[in-house]
Amino acid sequence: MNLAVETFDLNRTFKLKKAKNKGENGNNNGKLIALENANIKIHQGELFGLLGPNGAGKTTLIKILATLLLPTSGTGLVDGIDVVKYPEKVRKKINMVSGGEHCGYGILTVRETLWMFSQFYGIATKVAHRRIDELLKILKMEEFAKTKIGKLSTGLRQKLNFMRGFVCDPKIMFLDEPTLGLDVQIARDVRIYIRTWMKENPERTVLLTTHYMAEADELCDRVAIIDKGRVLVCDSPQNLKKSLAGEAVFYIEIPLSVNGMEKFGQIPGVKQFAYEHKSHLGRTELKFILEEESAISNVTESLSGNGSKIISLSKMEPSLEDVFVALVGRGLKNEN
Amino acid sequence: MTNILKRAKENLRTIRTAGKLGWAMESNWTDPFLFAIYSIVRPLASSLILVVMYYVVTRGKTGMDLFAYIYVGNAFFMYVINVLFGVSWVIHEDRDHYQMIRYIYISPIRMYYYLFGRGIAKMVLTTVAVIITMAFGMLVLKIPVNLLAINYPLLLFSVAAGIFIITCLGILLAGVSMVTAHHSYALTEGMAGLFYLACGAIYPIDILPVWLQYLSKALPLTYWLELVRRSILGKSLSPTLSGYSDFQLILIMAATTLILALFSHWVYRSIEYIARKYGKIDQLTSY
Ligand SMILES: Nc1ncnc2c1ncn2[C@@H]1O[C@H](COP(=O)(O)OP(=O)(O)OP(=O)(O)O)[C@@H](O)[C@H]1O
Ligand SMILES: [Mg+2]
Repeated sequence: MNLAVETFDLNRTFKLKKAKNKGENGNNNGKLIALENANIKIHQGELFGLLGPNGAGKTTLIKILATLLLPTSGTGLVDGIDVVKYPEKVRKKINMVSGGEHCGYGILTVRETLWMFSQFYGIATKVAHRRIDELLKILKMEEFAKTKIGKLSTGLRQKLNFMRGFVCDPKIMFLDEPTLGLDVQIARDVRIYIRTWMKENPERTVLLTTHYMAEADELCDRVAIIDKGRVLVCDSPQNLKKSLAGEAVFYIEIPLSVNGMEKFGQIPGVKQFAYEHKSHLGRTELKFILEEESAISNVTESLSGNGSKIISLSKMEPSLEDVFVALVGRGLKNEN
Repeated sequence: MTNILKRAKENLRTIRTAGKLGWAMESNWTDPFLFAIYSIVRPLASSLILVVMYYVVTRGKTGMDLFAYIYVGNAFFMYVINVLFGVSWVIHEDRDHYQMIRYIYISPIRMYYYLFGRGIAKMVLTTVAVIITMAFGMLVLKIPVNLLAINYPLLLFSVAAGIFIITCLGILLAGVSMVTAHHSYALTEGMAGLFYLACGAIYPIDILPVWLQYLSKALPLTYWLELVRRSILGKSLSPTLSGYSDFQLILIMAATTLILALFSHWVYRSIEYIARKYGKIDQLTSY
């Protein structure tokens, strides 16, 4: 049995325009390394998550696997087929949904759009109609079946984009932030659909990128955490969280203070440190991952030495986000 | 064998589906009356401009033969402009306006059939416009066309061949559009203009400078226009081309078309590769 996705030392660099070349993100002489020696194996039937901050290279990886972009070097196999050498063969097995509202041609209705794409994928008439009905029902879009896309709201368009991907019933599905910007209810419908779809047929595989840690934790069999083009770890969410078991995670809230945050990372016993300003609440939320629990006394001392009043302090079970912070050295939100 | 049949079926389905999409776009007018006016009056108006210019320049002195030559050439040249744009503009539209090209591109369809399909609506509308323009020319301007003497098989064959030729050119330009930004409009316009001058649309190629005649003779559109005129008017005004029999012209057209098709294919594939390499397939060009 083939692996659904397998990459060998996949690299992708982009040439930078002069103005952008500021020496960050591992670029040198006008080059930006979007993907660096990425090695990933995804098994058939797996729901695989790709986590990483903005610019980590997630979309780049998906584009290469979806035959939209060539790697600079390395090999990518999808269902055992080389994406560079045989893109036509790969295309029969895959589909892709990237978040965002572009879901079709404004002049067509929802049903016409789904029908059109089913035809591009050669789905038999009866099957296509049945599947369209099913999708419309599960994603609660029945009442919009005859609405022109141009008249749909952004969220509904995004939902349609999602349906467009699934109407072709690919063997391997690439979802690039499918729930980005969706309201809670719609995002839930989408997640439920993904899970049901996976369950229906054990050969189906999903590679999904997301910014929502909870989503990855809830959905994915395994996740890879990727930063600055490098795959840092790859394991099940459970195992990743277990890897932090020896460490203690604390949340501390202090009154909003913008300056001098970095020094808290240097407190003895602190393994990783992240913070988020919640200016609307007038608070700053600090997160400490400690080598061991006892180190919390160093933290509280240091905070009070700094004159910060501690509003609240709580110990957390490590979440996927903590794993992320521990590895990447910063949270998804407070990027530097 | 079954494989070839299966493929043919897939490609036909692609053409049909893309054709419907193209038609939906083309007829996306809230008022069908306006749509009819637009697709009929506009080409007619452009022909009339030519007529007026002709009379101003020649003061009506030149004979009907040359006028008929110009009128027919100009009418059928509408295919070149419309189909060329219809096919090549798809890349730009799908990438920048609808932002769907990535989904079209990664689907298992063959792009050539998709592009052709998208152009069909334009082909149909142009055919209607050409028929109306010709009828107007015969009834109002008294262009000497004998409906009973028209070589219909040759005419139908020529129109079909012309559409194929222009589709090949459209695919070539579609390839170029994958890496160029907005200039692709000017490029298409320029290419159509070049053909207008070089392919004998409004005057026989014999009056062109010799070096330009080489280009004329390399372009299948030259033979296409000649065949169209022969089938309708029964004669030709070009000393160079009238030396060939219909059959010889068809052969030359077939040979030049084959070369053009191979060249277009090569250009399209090469540029597609470059676009995929530089991440340009779905990169917006209109900021
Ligand atoms: N066509 C391109 N030309 C130049 N640079 C590019 C191009 N596409 C991507 N990049 C750069 O490559 C890096 C990786 O981008 P990519 O889109 O893969 O990140 P991502 O992980 O998907 O981020 P996000 O979470 O913001 O979607 C970024 O720094 C980006 O600016
Ligand atoms: Mg991305």
